Amino acid sequence: MKKTGKILALALALMMIFAGSAMADTIKIAVIGPFTGPAANYGLACRYGAQVARDEINALGGLQIELLFEDDEHDTEKAINAYNAVMEAGAQMIDGTTTTAPCLTVSAVAYEERVFMLTPSASNDGVVADKDNMYQVCFQDPVMGVFSADMIVENNMGTKVAIIYNNADDYSTTIYQSFKAEAEKIGLEVVSVTTFAADDNTDFTVQVADAKDNGADLVFLPIYYTPASNILRTAKGMDYAPVFFGVDGMDGILAMDNFDASLAEGVILLTPFSAFSDDEQVVSFVEKYKAVSGGVEPNQFGADSYDAIYALYQASVAAGITGETTYDEACELLIEQFSTMEYSGLTGEMKWDETGAVSKEPAAYVIKGGAYVPYGE
Amino acid sequence: MVAFLRFLINGVSLGSVYAIIALGYTMVYGIAKMLNFAHGDVIMVGAYIAFCAMAYLSLPPVVAVLMAMVVCTALGVVIEGLAYRPLRQAASLAVLITAIGVSYFLQNGALLIWGANPKIFDSVFSVGSVRLFGGELTITSETLLTIAANIVIMIALTLFTGRTKLGKAMRAVSEDKGAAELMGINVNRTISLTFAIGSALAAVAGVLLCSAYPTLMPTTGSMPGIKAFTAAVFGGIGSIPGAMIGGILLGMIEILGKAYISTELGDALVFAVLIVVLLFKPAGLLGKPVREKV
Repeated sequence: MKKTGKILALALALMMIFAGSAMADTIKIAVIGPFTGPAANYGLACRYGAQVARDEINALGGLQIELLFEDDEHDTEKAINAYNAVMEAGAQMIDGTTTTAPCLTVSAVAYEERVFMLTPSASNDGVVADKDNMYQVCFQDPVMGVFSADMIVENNMGTKVAIIYNNADDYSTTIYQSFKAEAEKIGLEVVSVTTFAADDNTDFTVQVADAKDNGADLVFLPIYYTPASNILRTAKGMDYAPVFFGVDGMDGILAMDNFDASLAEGVILLTPFSAFSDDEQVVSFVEKYKAVSGGVEPNQFGADSYDAIYALYQASVAAGITGETTYDEACELLIEQFSTMEYSGLTGEMKWDETGAVSKEPAAYVIKGGAYVPYGE
Repeated sequence: MVAFLRFLINGVSLGSVYAIIALGYTMVYGIAKMLNFAHGDVIMVGAYIAFCAMAYLSLPPVVAVLMAMVVCTALGVVIEGLAYRPLRQAASLAVLITAIGVSYFLQNGALLIWGANPKIFDSVFSVGSVRLFGGELTITSETLLTIAANIVIMIALTLFTGRTKLGKAMRAVSEDKGAAELMGINVNRTISLTFAIGSALAAVAGVLLCSAYPTLMPTTGSMPGIKAFTAAVFGGIGSIPGAMIGGILLGMIEILGKAYISTELGDALVFAVLIVVLLFKPAGLLGKPVREKV
């Protein structure tokens, strides 16, 4: 009796060892972003993009990924709560946060506590500044401002520029400032600068009229697509048809339900990702994304978050991170990887400098017939 | 001069939307003595219903507006019955917090049903624009419709409260709930009716708001709701003509302030004016000063 008991125990122990090794190892990645509230659009895009990446990676069979989602409602205080919640649930690294203001707060805490963060979309340069564990997938705001001004001059798109930006938003304000500085440097004339403060329904008569009355032939819109769509309509109502030049926030304008694409005809935008590309990888991503998003087309937020999960996966595999690795160990291992590795994803070829900023080129597209066409083609 | 005229007309149009929303706040406050902070979100629901009717069911705009009005009326009555009526005797703070809760409930409900991505609202009344001064001044049909709707609603409401039995009952309840009840007026039904009218107006406001500014999101109603509440306080909360005047003035101050002072200060100006008015006339422009009996 005693002997059989021993054998049984041995068999049980052996079974557990084998079961353990057969079961692939799982790492836990937190995804923090606004899934409800006024910025839900962007947070949900990041969530869906991450889900697509997770499903693909887990289907490969190797290192498995478990995603921990927490909603920050685009609120700095709730973002800290979300961060605490995922850390308690055993997160080893973070894909997030989606928006800049919460990211500034959370990354400060994560820096102290040594948790590795890779934000898909918080593009302010302050997000990564002085934090060795904070990296970005998106390019930084000032890069886009400078790139836009240079591009307008190089391609002779306009000589008198009007700017409408959201002065309640870090993203918009930073691009505006870098654009303005670059425009002064290269001699691009800015004839009208107007602002607004809220991303919801706002009356844009005054701003558009100011651009029109000052004779602007190009309107630079470093803002998100929701207010931009209102601006396009207001301009049409005033019979005003300058060139509209948007940045990556303009991406998504065509995906709005019931949007009249003719309003956006000829609009130029900068984005690292085009859902209209016939690239095999993009086509497959768009299809899988629409399956999880309930039919909504992906924008660059979704693509950036997809890339974030893959980049974290690639680095984790290379560094040998497993489910047993503690978050602070993982942090040092990931910093080592990210500062040296190269990653090629949906939004381009990426390399990171020592600050955590990504180097990848923005690409310009023109909206023609309800689709993005690469500029100059 | 042409520019001034353009801003003025746009200001009146924006103000008309505020005014119609403000009517809902002011009527409910006047009669139930509560601030219905969920009112802005009823506007959003109204706009979504009209959007669905037009975009998914391909119904004509008039039917869509009527449908939105019916749904919002029902919604208003249900909200009042479920959330506010049980608190009739409770402290006003409890009702206020409940209203904020209802507001969040509606916003998140809309997020669940319609998603976060904005929808583009088709104008219910688009016949192009009117061009004056050789094309220098263009006024869109939505602007004219909004102003016209505002005038019609104002006349209809004034007649309703002044001439009909139900309207008189409403005024009686607003003056003295207890005495009105003693006179045989069904207070609960009158309050329900107020919510019904306020919510139907909210549906109209939602359609007009989104016809002029077409991006529709679950949070679409919140900022106009707050501005309209300001307009109601500005004009004297509880007063129907006050809400009208407050709304239109607020819209004009907002647009003209942005045009001639600074686009950065547009919203700040609106609230600065409110503060100044309240300093000199604490009851608002047309509000009745309430004497405290000691």
